[in-house]
Amino acid sequence: MIRFERVSKRYPGGIEALADITLTVEAGEFVVLAGHSGAGKSTLLKMIPAVERPSSGSLFVNKQDVARIRRRAVPYLRRNLGLIFQDQKILFDRSALDNVMLPLIISSYPAKDAPRRARAALDKVGLLSREKAMPVTLSGGEQQRLAIARAIVNRPAVLIADEPTAHLDPDYAREIAGLFRSFNQVGVTVIIATHDQALFSPMASRTVHLAHGRLEQA
Amino acid sequence: MIAWLRNHRRALAHALRRLWSAPVNTLFGALVVGVTLALPAGGEAMLASLLAFGRHVSGPPQLSVFLAVDAGTVDAGEVERRLREQPGIAGFRFVGRAETLKRFREAEGMQEVIDALPRNPFPDAFVVTPGSGDAQALETLRAAMAAWPKVEHVQLDSDWAKRLDAMLRLGRLAVLVLAALLGAAIVAVGFNTIRLQILTQRAEIEVSRLLGATDAFIRRPFFYFGSLQGLLGGAVAWLIVLAGTRVLQQPVEDLARLYGVDLSLEPLGAAASVILLGFAALLGWIGAWLSVSRHLRDWT
Repeated sequence: MIRFERVSKRYPGGIEALADITLTVEAGEFVVLAGHSGAGKSTLLKMIPAVERPSSGSLFVNKQDVARIRRRAVPYLRRNLGLIFQDQKILFDRSALDNVMLPLIISSYPAKDAPRRARAALDKVGLLSREKAMPVTLSGGEQQRLAIARAIVNRPAVLIADEPTAHLDPDYAREIAGLFRSFNQVGVTVIIATHDQALFSPMASRTVHLAHGRLEQA
Repeated sequence: MIAWLRNHRRALAHALRRLWSAPVNTLFGALVVGVTLALPAGGEAMLASLLAFGRHVSGPPQLSVFLAVDAGTVDAGEVERRLREQPGIAGFRFVGRAETLKRFREAEGMQEVIDALPRNPFPDAFVVTPGSGDAQALETLRAAMAAWPKVEHVQLDSDWAKRLDAMLRLGRLAVLVLAALLGAAIVAVGFNTIRLQILTQRAEIEVSRLLGATDAFIRRPFFYFGSLQGLLGGAVAWLIVLAGTRVLQQPVEDLARLYGVDLSLEPLGAAASVILLGFAALLGWIGAWLSVSRHLRDWT
């Protein structure tokens, strides 16, 4: 489903963020990407939605070579991925429900059906009662769940999360991890970058270690 | 197609919401565009009124053919015969020298002057109505008649109308130049407004991009915003011109009456109004387009 082939990423100034990464993620897998901060986990995840482009190598997402994707095709690639960002990227000028509706609006989903579908997503993360709440009034755990609701509202086949439990209390973190496991159990491919390996690895089908931009297959 | 319409409706609603959510900004933006556009639009309204007045007063042009003072009845008969045969003439009228003398004596203050003259100073004359008002044809006709025997002078009576016409054409050119210059200013205003809009919506734009928004999706609301702001400005300009003509109407009529003419100031006509609004919306769109192309280009 997702295949990195000898992918490297060098930034100007000779900094090598990723070196010679070859990795395949099959449909339905739960892959944990572990490693110290600065190991290149974020860079690797950002390549899947073409936020970052490889300096060399190929990256296939559903048989499409993302390393050579045209700019015009990028939006349609991203619509098929559920993305959860390290800094969440919630919009604070609108309600929880409106945040979750944004991907539906972007993909021209019929306006009259969008709220129903957004509520279903909020319900899945346990935030249905807070649909009218503004994000500032939500706790850290609730904001993270809101970001997850937004990522799943388009029912993507792949869920990609960068440090989804960073800055969360252990209780909240366990809740969030449970959510990912439940999505994986209904067939969604999950790729998570985390330094909290102890939390996610027990539920993962595979844990991949990154150190200094290189893979250490376990 | 349905999705396309849905996207446009959404973008329009988005732009309207933005305009509505900052009413003071919207009002001042419209005022800037409106006052700026009111200058050329007002000029155009004035010119249109003057033009209507010019056409009304001048009517078809006429040529006065003056015979030599020593020309007799036979000579006048000869000119009359030639006038009948000359092509490009719609009609003519003979004005005898005795008649002219009588008319001048009746004019106030002229009697003593005329009586003091030893003899009738006026020549016989024909007033000729040409078949066409075309300047070239008039000139050809004038030259032909001036060459006839015993014709002293041919006067084109439409001279002053032509001067007025030339002045109005110059005025129209000035209005166009003004419109072009101020139009550029409005594009600049639109450019800046949209730049600020883009800056305040940076987070939304960035998140939308990450969630799979196309360039068109991101840009469309700004195009609508720019066009709507321009359109509002055009409406303000229209109202300013309407108010201006209402206020100036009576004073202008009074002034014109002192010169013995009937001149009325009209607000913008339907065609001019549509052009004004369309032009204003177009300028807003251009400003938005330039700004969006400049400021959204490098974002991934």
